[in-house]
Amino acid sequence: MTDQVAEMGYAAERRGLSTKHREWLAGYLFVLPDALGLFVFLGVPMVLSLVIGFFEVDGFGSYRFVGLANYARMMKDPLFWSSAKVTALYAIMLVPLLYVFGLGLALLVQKTNRFNAVMRSMFFAPHIVSLVVVALVWQLMAVDKIGVLSRALSALGLTGVSLLGNPSFALVAVVAVSLWFLMGYYMLIFLGGLQDIPAQYYEAAEIDGAGPLQRFWHITLPLLKPTSFFVLMVSMVAAVAGAQAFDIIYVMTKGGPANATSVLILYIYQQAFGFGAFGYAAAMASILVITLMLLTAVLFLLTRGGRFEHE
Amino acid sequence: MSSRPASSQAIILRFIWMTVAAILAAMTLFPLLWMVSIAFKTPAESFSPSLIPTRPTIENFIYVLTGVPFVRYMANSLFVSAAVTVVALFFHSMAGYALARLRFPGREAIFLAIFSTLLVSLPVIIVPLFLVVKALGMLDSYAGLIVPAIFNAFGIFLLRQYYLSLPRELEEAAVIDGAGYWRIYWSVILPLSRPILSALTILFFLANWNSFLWPLTITSSPDLWVVQVGIANFKSQYSASWNYMMAASTIVALPMLILFLIFQRQIMDSIKTSGLK
Repeated sequence: MTDQVAEMGYAAERRGLSTKHREWLAGYLFVLPDALGLFVFLGVPMVLSLVIGFFEVDGFGSYRFVGLANYARMMKDPLFWSSAKVTALYAIMLVPLLYVFGLGLALLVQKTNRFNAVMRSMFFAPHIVSLVVVALVWQLMAVDKIGVLSRALSALGLTGVSLLGNPSFALVAVVAVSLWFLMGYYMLIFLGGLQDIPAQYYEAAEIDGAGPLQRFWHITLPLLKPTSFFVLMVSMVAAVAGAQAFDIIYVMTKGGPANATSVLILYIYQQAFGFGAFGYAAAMASILVITLMLLTAVLFLLTRGGRFEHE
Repeated sequence: MSSRPASSQAIILRFIWMTVAAILAAMTLFPLLWMVSIAFKTPAESFSPSLIPTRPTIENFIYVLTGVPFVRYMANSLFVSAAVTVVALFFHSMAGYALARLRFPGREAIFLAIFSTLLVSLPVIIVPLFLVVKALGMLDSYAGLIVPAIFNAFGIFLLRQYYLSLPRELEEAAVIDGAGYWRIYWSVILPLSRPILSALTILFFLANWNSFLWPLTITSSPDLWVVQVGIANFKSQYSASWNYMMAASTIVALPMLILFLIFQRQIMDSIKTSGLK
């Protein structure tokens, strides 16, 4: 070992200062492709999203500065407000459900054995399927009267319920599909977190006579704090701005009925690519970007600069 | 004496526990089984409540594969997903290695900048990204489908974490031999990354095969449609023909489910470790 270190020092000395500069150069060159790509396809759009909102963009790509006009329009646009409300409702329903189902399923299949391995795979399987297919399959099952879900509901006494045609059910249905698609993923994240809790804690608690509920409350939950935090943060971002909501809603309901499932990202998309109102769409997106930046800042502060390792 | 009732109680509890898990898992899987079931049913039977078709048919599959340019959509998806995955893993492992191992001024700042894009999702930047890609002349092209999809902080992040956990000794031996950084990366680091790269290959391929919003936004000519855009359009064309749509869905979903069955350990392990710890 000492020989090795001495030899390395000798090698570095032999090459002198240039070694340091060679490492610098190598570092920059290795990072360059990704850094450039992220800059062009993520950084620039992020900054642009804050800028374009002050312009009117026409189909030919010419920009005209309009000041706060897009933002003023937003304030007076009832569809913007209803989309913001639907987005908030979607997140408020989905995030706690994901937490409960993710953790619940993880606890259900926590023990490592053959049976649980199969169960885990089954719970995760929906996440493998594309959201377009997911949306199509659920839409088929929810077809009024004759879809298998509608039949099951009428067997339970809920006859004539139109799952996707009734504004008061449609968003709940979209939440249910999102939950079905996402819960397996969060189950795995929680399993990762549970794995890291040292078994001695549970053994000691058991010797002290703590029941399963007490162990859950006093050991599992507190030690799961970082995982819980991650899950809440990521699921919140996914609910507010994730592509999964867009894909499901775009295919299943197109925002209907009566705009009951029109979330902001869908409304932004329709304004931009349906009506060519790029400036207005960007103005609305900038509100989301600011929300996400604030969330990222919180995540960043609380994890001490993204150091996800154990201390 | 007292240990026997306790242990039989434990067995009953364990049995209930397993039953609950099995019922929930069966419910979770039901929609996928339903999809496959309808794909094999005749149109007349599409809405019959039985899971097993009375007269199974492969007509639906034949129609989807021959009546619409579905094979073309599949080929597009395959090409785009494979290209994105290969280039992305190559770039991300280079960046991850440099950010974990090499010392150069600004390294922390670059890492922070990359980290700050971690939570940015496509829907919020779709408008400006579309305008950037348009300005670069990549609208409605394979380049437009592939290039923007390559770059994401998640892969860099995971690879950096992985390289931080690798022992330094192996590289040091190469340094002593006088190897340059490229050679260290190529012949020491890359071979050592095989486990994580294979897991990420599956994850990236899956994500790109399943992606919908970006291909939907960037392509207009049907020749460039990927499979997800294809079936979404299929829906507006054949809105009543659920048997065709489920056959198409099955063709799209099945390769991924098979991939998952084969690599379930690696896929689930790599996701498990991606959480905040």
